[in-house]
Amino acid sequence: MATTALVDPDTGLTQAQLAARHGLRVAGERPTLAEYSRRLWAYRHFIAAYANAKLVASYSNAKLGQLWQVLTPLTNAAVYYLIFGVVLAQNSIPNFIAYLTTGLFIFNFTQSAILAGTQSISSNLGLIRALHFPRASLPLSTTITQFQQLLASMVVLIGIVLVTGEPITLDWLMLVPALLLQAVFNAGVVLLVARLGSKASDLKQVMPFVMRTWMYGSGVLYSVSLFERLPGWATTLVQFNPLLVYIELARYALLEQAPLLNESLTQLWLVAAGWAVVAGIGGYIYFWRGEQEYGRG
Amino acid sequence: MVDSLPGADEATVSLPVLTPERIPTVVVDDAHIIYRVHQGATGGTTPVAALRRLVKRTNAPNVREVHAVKGVSFTAYRGEAIGLIGSNGSGKSTILRAIAGLLPVNRGAIHTQGQPSLLGVNAALLNDLSGERNVVLGCLAMGMHPDEVAKQAAGIIDFSGINERGDFASLPMRTYSSGMAARLRFSIAAAKRHDVLLIDEALATGDKGFRKRSEQRVRELREGAGTVFLVSHQLSSVRDTCERTIWLESGVLRMDGPTDEVIRAYEAYANSK
Repeated sequence: MATTALVDPDTGLTQAQLAARHGLRVAGERPTLAEYSRRLWAYRHFIAAYANAKLVASYSNAKLGQLWQVLTPLTNAAVYYLIFGVVLAQNSIPNFIAYLTTGLFIFNFTQSAILAGTQSISSNLGLIRALHFPRASLPLSTTITQFQQLLASMVVLIGIVLVTGEPITLDWLMLVPALLLQAVFNAGVVLLVARLGSKASDLKQVMPFVMRTWMYGSGVLYSVSLFERLPGWATTLVQFNPLLVYIELARYALLEQAPLLNESLTQLWLVAAGWAVVAGIGGYIYFWRGEQEYGRG
Repeated sequence: MVDSLPGADEATVSLPVLTPERIPTVVVDDAHIIYRVHQGATGGTTPVAALRRLVKRTNAPNVREVHAVKGVSFTAYRGEAIGLIGSNGSGKSTILRAIAGLLPVNRGAIHTQGQPSLLGVNAALLNDLSGERNVVLGCLAMGMHPDEVAKQAAGIIDFSGINERGDFASLPMRTYSSGMAARLRFSIAAAKRHDVLLIDEALATGDKGFRKRSEQRVRELREGAGTVFLVSHQLSSVRDTCERTIWLESGVLRMDGPTDEVIRAYEAYANSK
């Protein structure tokens, strides 16, 4: 070795002792939760800029560009209306178009966030291996990108709701806290699947099936009154399905006569807030615990 | 060097010390790094084979473990510039990434002072976005404040020289030539001040004019940084910038000492192969 200092207080120390004596820290060590949150806050500009950049980049090759933000949900609604409204003729629900599109857009917010979140670590390995930043920035900016998409589809939704003859009421204001709670819930779930997806790349293949099952359990395409025919415990289970709850809140806010599975509004809000808190905190802690593993192999 | 440091007074030696006390900035202690590589589809990719693996709980055949660094130890001190040399695949870049905290060590430990920064040319950016937007995004990702980014952005684009042939900064990065993209990435990475600076082959980017500018920039960065590591296959640039050199071969430390000695031994080894 080239260390040839004549009188060095460091001679005779092991590498670890030497590092400890001079107060060096282990490279890539996981910070405490508080320190991690502080760093994440310092990176808020990056998170916002990255979310925006992804939104812009996602349609940059399409001729119609950002117009697809509105066209995609419209086309989706048209296809499902054709099948469930016209072909299968579901007449039992008043204002079925508005009922369907509300469910579809709210569900789609979580679905696309989760599908994108599964890959938010694995598709950004280049960035992760090159630069040092709190990794939670990536799944969080994925959630924000999807939230921006949601705002565009909400404009479409409100248009549909008005055209189909729903009156504007004070209840509409409930949409704002409902969507915010759902966004927090999404952020938590996205953090969870981001860590899972960073290890097991098979998750990407499985997620579409999980999401489809979830969709059928959330009463998006048909009347939620169908769930009342299930055995009692199953109905209770469905009542606590977070996506069903967020969808019901939106329907409660926008539609006058939509059938609802949860009769009590208080219960809806409690379940909605409960899921946001549990998923938000749980997902964040779970993601933080894996911080040093991202970007490896 | 008379910097005050924590714990310096409690262990001071009574003898007059000829060499000032050297402050370690990077301590690598018997580090082993193993990473897994996905090779893409090779043999044994039939569904039946995959099912059998699942039952027998063996690893997929297209995932291979690479033991890239096998028990390397050294200490780097403040004010040193250290070259890392060795044949391709000897683990040079891997150990730099581990020092930067971007790759975990499987055994042993790497201790660092502050947060080392890796200056590479392959920092991934968004190809669908304009060069300007990439500059902003890259700077934010390095932890800069938006005000600082706004101040530096024009300088970064000038330095990269991508606007020398028309207004390329507002075009998406996918329209750039590989040299232009690499130049822009280097310019972004070099815009920040660093405590411990790790440079990975970054000097070999671009044409002659840009290389001159980037070598000048690296010298400036070196003056500001405590310790500089340089990975390069160009022995001349190691000889120019580093007084100490570490030679890695197949993940094992072969030699660590003054640049001249190590390079002479390395050249003898490389020629005898």
